Amino acid sequence: MLSVSVTKKLGDFAIDAAFETAGVTALFGPSGSGKTSIINMIAGLLRPDAGRIVLDGETLFDATTRIDVKPWLRRIGTVFQEGRLFPHLSVRHNLDYGRWMSGLAADAKAFAHAAELLDIGHLLDRRPGKLSGGERQRIAVGRALLMQPRLLLLDEPLASLDAARKAEILPYLERLRDDSKLPMIYVSHDAGEVARIATRVVRIEDGRVTASGGAEVLATGS
Amino acid sequence: MVDLTPQEWTAVALSLRIAVVSTLVALPFGIAIAYVLARKEFWGKTLLDALVHLPLVLPPVVTGYLLLITFGRRAPAGAFLADTFGIVFSFRWSGAALACGIMAFPLMVRAIRLSIEAVDRRLEEAGTTLGANPAWTFATITLPLMLPGVIAGMMLAFARALGEFGATITFVSNIPGETQTISAAIYTLTQVPGGDAAALQLVIVAVIISFAALVASEFLARRAAARLHGR
Repeated sequence: MLSVSVTKKLGDFAIDAAFETAGVTALFGPSGSGKTSIINMIAGLLRPDAGRIVLDGETLFDATTRIDVKPWLRRIGTVFQEGRLFPHLSVRHNLDYGRWMSGLAADAKAFAHAAELLDIGHLLDRRPGKLSGGERQRIAVGRALLMQPRLLLLDEPLASLDAARKAEILPYLERLRDDSKLPMIYVSHDAGEVARIATRVVRIEDGRVTASGGAEVLATGS
Repeated sequence: MVDLTPQEWTAVALSLRIAVVSTLVALPFGIAIAYVLARKEFWGKTLLDALVHLPLVLPPVVTGYLLLITFGRRAPAGAFLADTFGIVFSFRWSGAALACGIMAFPLMVRAIRLSIEAVDRRLEEAGTTLGANPAWTFATITLPLMLPGVIAGMMLAFARALGEFGATITFVSNIPGETQTISAAIYTLTQVPGGDAAALQLVIVAVIISFAALVASEFLARRAAARLHGR
């Protein structure tokens, strides 16, 4: 379980958000509402001005006691909107990167399972530059999955894809959710996506939490 | 076409050795300084930037003279290095390599700095979330992505070192077999009657080496760039 209570000023924009997540939780709200900044604070890429972030009982950030666990020690897998695959590495090495950097032993079974789950086994020797947007995002999900994270953050993973590609990827994400039991935070501005993926919804508007609960949150508000 | 005397071959070999050694020794410093200039904000950054560029704007003879009064046998830094580590620069080929390395340094730093600035920092962030600490992030993401710039910087430094004349001759003189490079040998030959033919031969050798270095670096840079773009 993740508990977040953070404030952050970014120029004229202010984030002041407190929420808890469990299972697959969506951060849902319009573009520019601060969802990505909140995700970056959870991942450790952006430092909150004040507040606390606690994951499964471990404090990752606490402004009052000056705890700030470095992002590379947090073991939180992140899938970015643009994939961010390493262009100089093959798909196989992209997938292995997190495991390698986290000091985990090679696990052929886990690797084969992820490759099968995301249907990327035929791409392993290719380079990211030659792949379609949908293939890239599936590999980005696999890369985050194979570091054996405690929590998976998906920051608008479908936003850079067209409608057909979105429809192609969503079933993979549903399979991942049902297969792994891995806690996830799914960021999106698309109510349809959120309804398919998430079991809990936290609504973010203008840097604040305006509602949280089940799927009914999608229908309320603006 | 090219028929060199043993002494002239020595000058060619010495030039290559000096250029290779000065480039390789300058490289880690060049990468470190370029990284700091591209990524860090600190007090005195403008000063450091100016200091790095100084050999580019100073007359080479002035740089050579400054080296002489710093690293000469009886100069403070020179005496310290000689007494403590047994490293002597004055009138040695190593002194020529030092002069060449310093003269080439600004060109190397500029090329590498541009390539660091072109690296997508979002990829480094992605590496960080995957468990890579800053040192590993640099080694596995930043460095491979800036490789074309590193190759370009090494090429520029090598060419600059090969052509260095003013600072070298001022600092370590023009001693055949020790500090007489191609450039110095050509200069010497043009100063003696009937030396023009021999000078021309050395000129041809210099053109061939420079051209080969250019072609090799172009080839390597293309391969590195192709790797990055997944071809």
